[in-house]
Amino acid sequence: MRTVVAILTVVAFASVPLWLRDPYLMNALITTGIFIIGAMSLNLLLGFTGQLSLGHIAFFGIGAYVSALTSLGFDAGLPFGFRIVHEPWPPIIGFVLAIVVAGLCGYLVGLLSFRVRGAYFVIVTISFAEVVRLVALNWVELTQGPLALTNIPSITIGMPGLGDLTLRTKLQNYYLVLAVAVIAYVLISRLVHSHFGRAMRGLMENETLAVSVGIDVTKTLTLAAVISAGIAGAAGSLYAHYIRIIDPEVFAFINTVTMVIMVITGGKGSLAGPVVGGMIFGLLPVFLRPVMAPEAQWIAYGGVLIVILFVLPRGIVPSLAQRFAKRRSRVEAVAPVAFVKRDAKEHA
Amino acid sequence: MSEFLQHLINMLVLGGTYALLGIGLTLIFGIMNVVNFTHGVLYTFGAYIMFIVVHQLGVNFFLALPLAVVAGWLLGAAIELILLRPLRGSDIDTTMLVMIGAWIAMQSGALWIWGGVAKSVTTPFPEAPLVLGPVSVSWLRLFVLAAAAMLIVVTYLLINRTKLGCAMRATFQDHDTASLMGVNVDMIYTSTFAIGSSLAAAAGALLGPVYVIFPQMGDLAAVKAFAIVILGGLGNITGAVIGGFILALAEELGAGYVSSGYRDAMGFLIIIAVLIFKPTGLFARSERVG
Amino acid sequence: MAAPATALKVEQVAVSFGGLVALSDMNFTVGEGEIVSLIGPNGAGKTTAFNVVTGFLDPTHGAVSYRGTALNGLKPHQIADLGLIRTFQRTSVFPNDTVYDNLLVGLHRQGRVGLLEAILGLPRARSSQRRLRERASELIERVGLERRANDLAGSLSYGEQRLVGVALALAAEPSMLLLDEPVSGMNASETHTFVQLIRNIRDRGVTILLVEHDMPMVMSVSDRIVVLNYGRIIAEGPPEMIRNNAAVIEAYLGQGAARA
Repeated sequence: MRTVVAILTVVAFASVPLWLRDPYLMNALITTGIFIIGAMSLNLLLGFTGQLSLGHIAFFGIGAYVSALTSLGFDAGLPFGFRIVHEPWPPIIGFVLAIVVAGLCGYLVGLLSFRVRGAYFVIVTISFAEVVRLVALNWVELTQGPLALTNIPSITIGMPGLGDLTLRTKLQNYYLVLAVAVIAYVLISRLVHSHFGRAMRGLMENETLAVSVGIDVTKTLTLAAVISAGIAGAAGSLYAHYIRIIDPEVFAFINTVTMVIMVITGGKGSLAGPVVGGMIFGLLPVFLRPVMAPEAQWIAYGGVLIVILFVLPRGIVPSLAQRFAKRRSRVEAVAPVAFVKRDAKEHA
Repeated sequence: MSEFLQHLINMLVLGGTYALLGIGLTLIFGIMNVVNFTHGVLYTFGAYIMFIVVHQLGVNFFLALPLAVVAGWLLGAAIELILLRPLRGSDIDTTMLVMIGAWIAMQSGALWIWGGVAKSVTTPFPEAPLVLGPVSVSWLRLFVLAAAAMLIVVTYLLINRTKLGCAMRATFQDHDTASLMGVNVDMIYTSTFAIGSSLAAAAGALLGPVYVIFPQMGDLAAVKAFAIVILGGLGNITGAVIGGFILALAEELGAGYVSSGYRDAMGFLIIIAVLIFKPTGLFARSERVG
Repeated sequence: MAAPATALKVEQVAVSFGGLVALSDMNFTVGEGEIVSLIGPNGAGKTTAFNVVTGFLDPTHGAVSYRGTALNGLKPHQIADLGLIRTFQRTSVFPNDTVYDNLLVGLHRQGRVGLLEAILGLPRARSSQRRLRERASELIERVGLERRANDLAGSLSYGEQRLVGVALALAAEPSMLLLDEPVSGMNASETHTFVQLIRNIRDRGVTILLVEHDMPMVMSVSDRIVVLNYGRIIAEGPPEMIRNNAAVIEAYLGQGAARA
């Protein structure tokens, strides 16, 4: 059942370029797809380990910069008179490096995450993203600072027997993004259904108990952070090679908030949640643009986030799933057992 | 040497307002367990109130400041009543996300109403700075320091010498027990949020005229406030004051001796360093709130 | 019959919080296959002792060893890896998962396969998954919760949640099980079934350390009893000896009762 829905969804997405010719909408779909990949990676942390990373855009931006710099080459000074010179490499290597470097950064942040949880973790991640943004802004020799990195080459894929294929058109990029999104989805799905995923859920629900059955907090949380950051880095790389220009604004906090809104609206802790939330908030601007000023749109987004948290705190997908399940169970007429309030007194 | 003295003077002026920001946030964080992401917007709001009152209503500069404080108080109380009271008992992640939503909506609102062009406030102080030997400081900055110091003292007295402050401290210790002892916890929460907000608005109203006023000015202020709170320890007012001055010193020295581009990175680096090495903040936990 | 080999050894353990002494100079051992109970009035230090043994609390002084391995400085999950598994008084389940999924989480130690294998769904990972599912069903049956397997653990009654807690502990394949007040909140018939369960677990070779308030239950199930009061051991021995020990009666009933 679930697999059928998934395959049908992929087929539906794959058929879009066959009937949609509008380049503006195609462009919106591609960037939406890239942000959905980012939102899926955020969901892995927020929804499955309960850690709210509000600096998630840092991994995305690091991926974008690493990939762009790898394929453009650079010549930058380091302290103590050293220089680092790099000749351009094919963008596909940049894509791989983007995942690796972002994953490494995820490892560092993950190491912090078991020392500090909750509000502290949130603030650490915000700070991390801001520091990275300031470095991108001020290390002009490497990043061109506010002048942006331009002329980033498109991704080239070596096709066996067909030679190299450079993905320049919207159509090609659409399928590239779709492919990466499907891979990311399957990867996350496999992960959360494996015993690693169960360890994450266990830690989120009852850390003390999870530890007592032998779950390693540090290992589990850093693993989730590394994979999450790596996927975000992949999304950033796709972004850099599709848009072909990046500047430090990619690190803007508002981009993290966009991903958070996608995840919360769609439903954190649900695999399909970020896809649904991402489609809504990725395409909404397209339809709102003619009728609303950008500022008004943002007022609306902030409002929507609040309203969702008040009326649909679990998000769209889990709420629908629950309604569906309820209808089925009503047929079977299973009465829920009364909840028992636990004794809060602990004897010493 | 004189350059260093100048940095110290600048640090004092900046530190005073940072302390105001930090106290407001640490009160809300400590008593309500809410990460107040609207803190920066309230800072922006205070600055715009200053601009409107002085330039559009033509009211005296010195009268505008208390008006900004009152406006911040009212807006804070409104946020608490509308957004936080219905969520009482929710987990900290939910309130945090709601506050982020409020922040985005309010900041975009400011952009919509006042536009993105920076505004500046004319002050009644003379242009020429006060020169004291090797260092100089503008009269406006001196006023900012004096006003901030006064507000810090007033807040301190409010928390340590009044009935409301006593109830706030009790709620901080244990809100269940406080509520059993007859403290109206809902009222304390609203008051706390309103007081914290009015301090943020005051900081904005003081620093706004020193720099320029624009809708996103509160973003950095908010993160700086987080840095101060983490530095000083949760709910620790004295810690917040000291934290404010330490952050100001780090920024002044960072900008002066490293690179002015990294001035604003100091706060973040401090946050990361403190959380790695001493997650409970630099100051003892025993003297929280008051 | 020869005395069983020592499984758990607690030597001169002391714990103080600030100036407050929670445990002082505690010494006791638990033999392989024994059921030992730790009892004492409220505040006697039972839970503290438990937390020290399972690594949730570092002792201020002294040493704990299990089968010859020193536990000092080990993290709780490392101690769990040695086969020393505990249950909790309050937080005994993962409330938002079904009982069945609870058990799958509990089987974490058995399900370890490589990350790549798990993600790629290789045969080894698949067969491991299948084994885990069978094992989860088995454990649910063993504690008698078959009918509740697909209900959310948080919706179960207090006694049933305790059973899930025990099943979770069993899932980790303990060689020694530490039960923290397992029958508090259970009614008489639930308690009776639980005693059978504990005996059954011990008969499969699992050593058991029990902290419990329910005296009749402790007396009926234990091989040996250690009595704590004010952080010190005041008596130790088989149930019939403890039952008649003056110091124990005094601790429980107050000084007046002992003199009377």
